[in-house]
Amino acid sequence: MTAVDEIKIGGMGASRRRVEDNRFIRGKGNYVDDIVLPGMLHMEILRSPLAHARIKSIDASKAWAMPGVRLVLTGETMAARNLAWMPTLSYDTQAVLATDKVRFQGQEVACVIADDPYIAKDACEAIVVDYEPLPVIVNPTQSLAEGAPLIRDDKENQSNNVVYDWEVGDKDGTDRVFDQADVISKIDLHYPRSHPAPIECCGSIADFNRATSKLTVYMTTQAPHIIRAAVALVAELPEQMIRIISPDIGGGFGNKVPVYPGYVASILASILLERPVKWIEDRTGNLISTGFARDIYLHGELALRKDGRILGVRMKATADHGAFFSDAQPSKFKIGLMHSAFACYDIPNAHLEARGVYTNKAPGGVAYRCSFRVTEAMFFQERMVQAAADDLGMDQAEFRRINFVRDDDFPHRTPWGFLTDSGQYGKCLDVGLEAIGYEEFLKEKEEAAKRGRLLGIGISTMTEPLGAGNSREYDILGIKMFDSAELKIHMTGKALLRTGAKTQGQGHETTWAQIVAHELGLPAEDILVEEGDTDTAPFGMGTYASRSTPVAGAAVAMVSRKIRAKARKIAAHLLEISEEDVEWELGRFYVRSQPDRGVTIQECAMAAYSNMPDGMEPGLENVAYYDPPNLTWPFACYIVTVEVDPETGVWDVLRLVAVDDCGVRINPMIVEGQIMGGLTEAYAMANMQFITFDEHGNCIGSNFTDYLLPTAWETPGIELHEVETPCPHHPIGAKGIGECAAVGGPAAFVNAVMDALKGTGVRNIDMPVFPDRVYEALQTGQDVSGAPPVRTDET
Amino acid sequence: MIKLRFASPEMLVDINEIPDLGYHRIDADGSVHVGALCRHADLERSSLLATRQPTMAAAAPLVADPIVRNRGTLVGSLCHADPQGDWASVMVSLDGLVVAQGPRGRRTIAVKELVHGPFQTTLAYDEVVVEAIAPAPKGAPAGGYLKLERRVGDFATVGVAVSVDRTGDEVTRAGIGLTGVGGSTISADDAAQLLVGGPLTSDAIGEAAALAAQAAQPRTDHRGSASYKRHLVSVFTSRILTGLIRSQEEAA
Amino acid sequence: MTSLFQEVSPGAAEETPTRQITVTVNGESRTAVVEPRLVLAHLLRNGLNMTGTHTGCDTSNCGACTVLFDGKPVKSCTMFAVQADGHEVMTVEGLAGPSELHAIQEGFKEEHGLQCGFCTPGMMMASKALLDENPSPSEDEIRWALSGNLCRCTGYQNIVKAVMWAARKLEDQG
Repeated sequence: MTAVDEIKIGGMGASRRRVEDNRFIRGKGNYVDDIVLPGMLHMEILRSPLAHARIKSIDASKAWAMPGVRLVLTGETMAARNLAWMPTLSYDTQAVLATDKVRFQGQEVACVIADDPYIAKDACEAIVVDYEPLPVIVNPTQSLAEGAPLIRDDKENQSNNVVYDWEVGDKDGTDRVFDQADVISKIDLHYPRSHPAPIECCGSIADFNRATSKLTVYMTTQAPHIIRAAVALVAELPEQMIRIISPDIGGGFGNKVPVYPGYVASILASILLERPVKWIEDRTGNLISTGFARDIYLHGELALRKDGRILGVRMKATADHGAFFSDAQPSKFKIGLMHSAFACYDIPNAHLEARGVYTNKAPGGVAYRCSFRVTEAMFFQERMVQAAADDLGMDQAEFRRINFVRDDDFPHRTPWGFLTDSGQYGKCLDVGLEAIGYEEFLKEKEEAAKRGRLLGIGISTMTEPLGAGNSREYDILGIKMFDSAELKIHMTGKALLRTGAKTQGQGHETTWAQIVAHELGLPAEDILVEEGDTDTAPFGMGTYASRSTPVAGAAVAMVSRKIRAKARKIAAHLLEISEEDVEWELGRFYVRSQPDRGVTIQECAMAAYSNMPDGMEPGLENVAYYDPPNLTWPFACYIVTVEVDPETGVWDVLRLVAVDDCGVRINPMIVEGQIMGGLTEAYAMANMQFITFDEHGNCIGSNFTDYLLPTAWETPGIELHEVETPCPHHPIGAKGIGECAAVGGPAAFVNAVMDALKGTGVRNIDMPVFPDRVYEALQTGQDVSGAPPVRTDET
Repeated sequence: MIKLRFASPEMLVDINEIPDLGYHRIDADGSVHVGALCRHADLERSSLLATRQPTMAAAAPLVADPIVRNRGTLVGSLCHADPQGDWASVMVSLDGLVVAQGPRGRRTIAVKELVHGPFQTTLAYDEVVVEAIAPAPKGAPAGGYLKLERRVGDFATVGVAVSVDRTGDEVTRAGIGLTGVGGSTISADDAAQLLVGGPLTSDAIGEAAALAAQAAQPRTDHRGSASYKRHLVSVFTSRILTGLIRSQEEAA
Repeated sequence: MTSLFQEVSPGAAEETPTRQITVTVNGESRTAVVEPRLVLAHLLRNGLNMTGTHTGCDTSNCGACTVLFDGKPVKSCTMFAVQADGHEVMTVEGLAGPSELHAIQEGFKEEHGLQCGFCTPGMMMASKALLDENPSPSEDEIRWALSGNLCRCTGYQNIVKAVMWAARKLEDQG
């Protein structure tokens, strides 16, 4: 009679090796492009070479005539079926295939469906489109200028290029504290356009069966149920006849949340041809047309007292949304959760003004490894904090410590209305400073400066809201942001768990089983986890914005507890005692007065099918829908040291220290993997990932020779540290973690370079902090902007 | 090029199966001969180059990425005539030649004469390059290659190849090739010429670096401004040459 | 076994040039009739149904399609299938038998060297080539050898550990 050893059964806290790896390491993953259906055809998309042009005519006759071509779709074909436009996730509309004009380079103009993808591509080249070029807008200044061409002339009541004006906070109160401030610190920043660029591009296989009226779509989607609802609404198909299957996904990072024209076109093509149609995006299509992220300009101001206290914050943000407002975000918040900035600091007054504009650039605004614009929020926050510390002449670590929310001040209401749940901010900072050897580095930096060497240290500390909902405030297209789990315990004590989330590398197949193991004492290896098939999985909102563990993970715990409650009744029946006398320890119920008399959870499972108490419903299955009471608020402290080569502007990372507090860790190995992955994307953002545009709207960064992703060689080594503050409102005390490092990381790198340049008069270099920008800043002593259009000899 | 459909050749001839072109060797006179099928990876791992042709040895590991280096070739790189190609600068700095073969027999072409614009060569349509040659050095060969790449496999923002042959302290021949700062690879002849006839001094290096920068014809683009690229040419030229003095001092 | 027939589009049969090639894939001789423009990665994936080799870019950058070609790692999206005629190709499916694991596969699992799994086959093939040449590489040597393969998930640190794990295991195995 011993309790089950939780670590041995792969429960919470075990660095359990991943179940899904067994297929991936054998090359037996099942990604969309691996799936072959009988009679399957292939679709390619013809994209606009121009950023803004009227379509005068499309001549597809040569394409139609090519052997192997089965169908050519144009805007006209779509319009005839009322499918030329589709709704976006932000209540705007987006062209599926262009009818009137093209509004960004790479916009979808026509599709060819053919026997093989090579023929489809040949045929795309044979389509002749006559364009009348129009003036091009590539940044908000141009977009808002007097007399700027109207990009969305398709929309009624749209007289300019403004998407929205939105504000939050107490303007008057904030103005008052700015009047009282000793120092006002100001900075202008641009978080440049970026792209999640998972190594697998987007794709789908639509398979419409006329005989059964069933539409099955295999799709690279992070949110299959939302897609099912969207397809039902857009294509006016009965929802029970739509099955969305999200198989293995080769990375998502937000890129695979939206509905893209390729998905819609492949569905229509399959309906028209009554054959399966596969669309696999190429890399250029991926980078120039789908899911961009960021592209926000900020004017930020902090009202400061001489002693270092922040009295108030003003943020004025302008978001460049491209040609269609298709951000994937809760409908209530026009610029996402930008107003979660400064949540880790105790600041009484704050005001945010945000404006969104249309430009002739690809739509998207996806939350790239980010909980709805939180990445921009925290980057702006930490850049503003560093500038303010410099303006006050204060140590940047001390400045943060003075302003942190105290450990005994939770839950804490932020000036913009969020309620942070818990944290030990000062302790995390201390752990980080200790790890990096803060004082020693400052001395080393001073010594190095005497020999003309430029060393710098950058800190980024932040808490961010992860795990939307609650459903009161968070929805996508009106669908409330809860999540779900369904657990079926079979009679032999083995189990099947399904959730409404969708793993894309986060390891749900491994960690969800660990939560069940923790709650029920079943060995994790006895629990099969499935996700991504809308015909079998319970309704859920999918995986993005670090919401899996906070929401679906909580649902897993809750459904396990429902199961345990029923099993307790069965145990009482088996032990022939009243339920009140039953005690639980991991994996086993026993008689309180006789601890060695008990039954295992597996015995209860068998009894649920073979020996249930009179009047009890048979079976041991249940489902839970979890609506979180609040978001979870992990905290992170990232510290980077760099050396800048003043002759070339090249900077190298010397050390990178991460301290993460994400509450209770279900699988520490996986958590650490998430942090390291996020920090690498942070490094990439700061250093090389860049999509920009020339004055004609040509996308620079349309393939991996220009859109640079770091390799193993440049990526810095990472030193990980941990603090644990359990989440008070999550059933197992966990907080989100998938995005912390990508959110908080970039500012640490930029702050480090700016610290190295301290004293030169330079306040900011926009990301990516390319060597030429650093060199220019050093030469001129002035800030370097990275806003498009990119500088060329032509301009 | 073909996959992005920038090029759609009607016919493509694969030379990979032609035997005996995978060699690289150094002849008794010190000249380096690289066959058309000698891969970048062979040059990267070559103990011959490491000891006897330092400019080539320095460049080999910086070409593309390690996987691509298993297929790509030096000769292919020269004939591709990409202004951002690394090998062309190296061969220009070495006064290199290519041997072209066609139905009318063989001819040699100086690498400086091979390219007449971006992706354009003086090869006839029925000619292929079978070998590249770095002629015998006029003294002890030294040199290096520096490249600003923002990550492995990035095209050069700027690359500088320097090769210097010396007898004793005296520079007997010098060459400087510039990558990514013009419509084709640039030979900084004035800068190189300035180094010949005397020892490497910091003054001479400074002047040569300035002349090399003048020879560059960079354009402002997303990789950097023209003035930045010009500046990098100077810095890299100077760093390579200063490194040569230092290693000479260390050897002595 | 040869297929009994393959449907071709009307008119396509006469116009499309094809070549018959024989490639040794994972030790097995495979013969296929291909268009000369077919890239090797697509032959492996679509012609021979070995979908472990992935494609992630069109510019020879990502390395997801890395296979061993006559023992050396190459990007199989950058070669035509006809160029493999008479040569040996090894893919991730050839690393170990169905019920076994190669030390590199074990290492990637043990050290959490993969997340979404998409870059993993290419990453493992590049690792195999490295360990074939250098059985006990340093961290820098591993990072250098894998710098032609992009991963978006892991930050590479655990991939480095995975290769070191495999190197130790292979050494223990002698």
